[in-house]
Amino acid sequence: MWEQIRSNQIRSMLLVVLMGVVLLLLGFFLGSILLESPTAGLVIALVVWGIMNLVAFSQGDSIVLSVAGARKIGPQDHPRLYNIVEEMKIASGLERMPDVYIIDDPALNAFATGRSKDHTAVAITTGLLDKLNRDELQGVIAHEMSHIKNRDVQLMVLASVLLGSIVILSWYASRMLFFSGMSSGNRRSSSSSGGGGGAAQLIILVVGLVLMILAPIVAQIIYFGISRKREYLADASGALYTRYPEGLASALEKLQTNNTHVQKANKATAPMYISNPFYKKGISANDLFSTHPPLTERIRILRTMSGAGYADYEKSYEQVVKGGKVMAAASLTGQTVPLRAATAGTKDGEYQEKVNRTRETSDLMWKMNNYKTLECENCGTRLRLPPSYNQPSVRCPHCGAINEVDTGR
Amino acid sequence: MLAVIIIGVIIIVLLIIFVSTYNSLVGLRNQVKNAWAQIDVQLKRRYDLIPNLVETVKGYMQHERQTLEAVTNARNLAQSLSGAGVADRAKAEGELSGALSRLLAVVENYPDLKANQNFLALQEELTSTENKISFSRQYYNDEVLRYNNKTQMFPSNVIAGMTGFKAGEFFEVKNETEREAVKVSFSSNPPASTGPK
Repeated sequence: MWEQIRSNQIRSMLLVVLMGVVLLLLGFFLGSILLESPTAGLVIALVVWGIMNLVAFSQGDSIVLSVAGARKIGPQDHPRLYNIVEEMKIASGLERMPDVYIIDDPALNAFATGRSKDHTAVAITTGLLDKLNRDELQGVIAHEMSHIKNRDVQLMVLASVLLGSIVILSWYASRMLFFSGMSSGNRRSSSSSGGGGGAAQLIILVVGLVLMILAPIVAQIIYFGISRKREYLADASGALYTRYPEGLASALEKLQTNNTHVQKANKATAPMYISNPFYKKGISANDLFSTHPPLTERIRILRTMSGAGYADYEKSYEQVVKGGKVMAAASLTGQTVPLRAATAGTKDGEYQEKVNRTRETSDLMWKMNNYKTLECENCGTRLRLPPSYNQPSVRCPHCGAINEVDTGR
Repeated sequence: MLAVIIIGVIIIVLLIIFVSTYNSLVGLRNQVKNAWAQIDVQLKRRYDLIPNLVETVKGYMQHERQTLEAVTNARNLAQSLSGAGVADRAKAEGELSGALSRLLAVVENYPDLKANQNFLALQEELTSTENKISFSRQYYNDEVLRYNNKTQMFPSNVIAGMTGFKAGEFFEVKNETEREAVKVSFSSNPPASTGPK
């Protein structure tokens, strides 16, 4: 897994290592306070971390998908979406086609997940599918594919496991400390006053308490910091794959004007979405606790790009954000990459396209609920049959022709 | 004795560098080959789609016989030339793209056709195939760039020169403004196949 992590990822990896250090420190000090043995604390921290890793890397992606209420689709269910994912798979040079999932939710969002390069998936809400035209959808999928291609999905699993372990450890430690402090306060105070290193123990106690309170917060800030950085990079790669940053920019604009929250998102899965599912107007832009960079900023960067390469993204990032770099210098080789023109239909075609998109998405929802669809042989009207319909033929309400029902399914 | 050990260590280090560079060159060249194959897959897919398309629109477009025949002929020509010389093939693929875009422009005059489910499905497939052709070309060129950088930059260029890795050729579109059209200049061989003999 590590050989493909490029120079861009090194800084993110260092942050993950930093989270690991926080976890070990927490284990060490809590062990010394509660169990009077730092080694035992370390062992417990590592065991908790190990178990969570085991769960995350064997089941993580399916847990995330089922929590989000996502359903897997095939090429026939939604040809356009499936084709676009295929196009982006080709553009990004991924070896394996990710599974495609749909979330039945009017909110506008999408995410990518995966625990290894053979188990990856992209998921998208029906709301988003319904609202975006082909170019915009391509931009969104390109963004998600870059998360997969750049190995962000695994990085975030690693980071979230560390965060989870830290939160669990400090939570249980605080409970233990609270109750043991009530019941055996006498024993503890006598034993520490009896020993010679009273001052040293006091320091350990204070450091341990401070760590217990601060570690989860610090870990969260680091976690969100990694997430924000990866978002910028995924935008940059997305622009590079499609050669059309405007597609993603206008998709993000649609996300911005719509503020329905994803019903089944929670704080743990938030960094995986293309835009923060808990987005509220008025949240301070560079909030340390934000999983995503502000949408206005991402849109402005994409719109000021004069080419589609990483160097172009870096240039407009510096222009818009003023100060700071987003990419490691080593990844900025190569000249500017030319942009391409839009493919979406003309203004007149736009309305028809919208009707078709809506129809496509609603057909998909019917199909997911086990409704059968068939086209009338005479007039082409689309007939939908509920799962309970068991007659061998059906009369078209439009022209009166009798159609055979394929009872095979 | 010490001198022997030092020389031995140097030789081993050089050998390791040599082997790892050689292997990464082979890896990159295979990537280029694979990317080339993907372009071919998509071109073939386009040949397969066109008969369906013609069959579907035929009933609606009685007055466009010429346009339809042009597409069918261009497609047959392109397919028959898929193993032939590069210049011929590039020309045939370019003509096919031209004929296709003329057909799809004419479709605008037939609202009935635009409501046909079959046609809409085919149109999506065709749009996507055109996109896939251009994305696979794009990926191919990116891979060629990476491979060429490796064969031309120091120190890997020394090893590439010794073992006969030659720079790959870009797959260039003549007409950049016309994105739909896949007017391509095929190089004489899949350029990736130039390797050590």
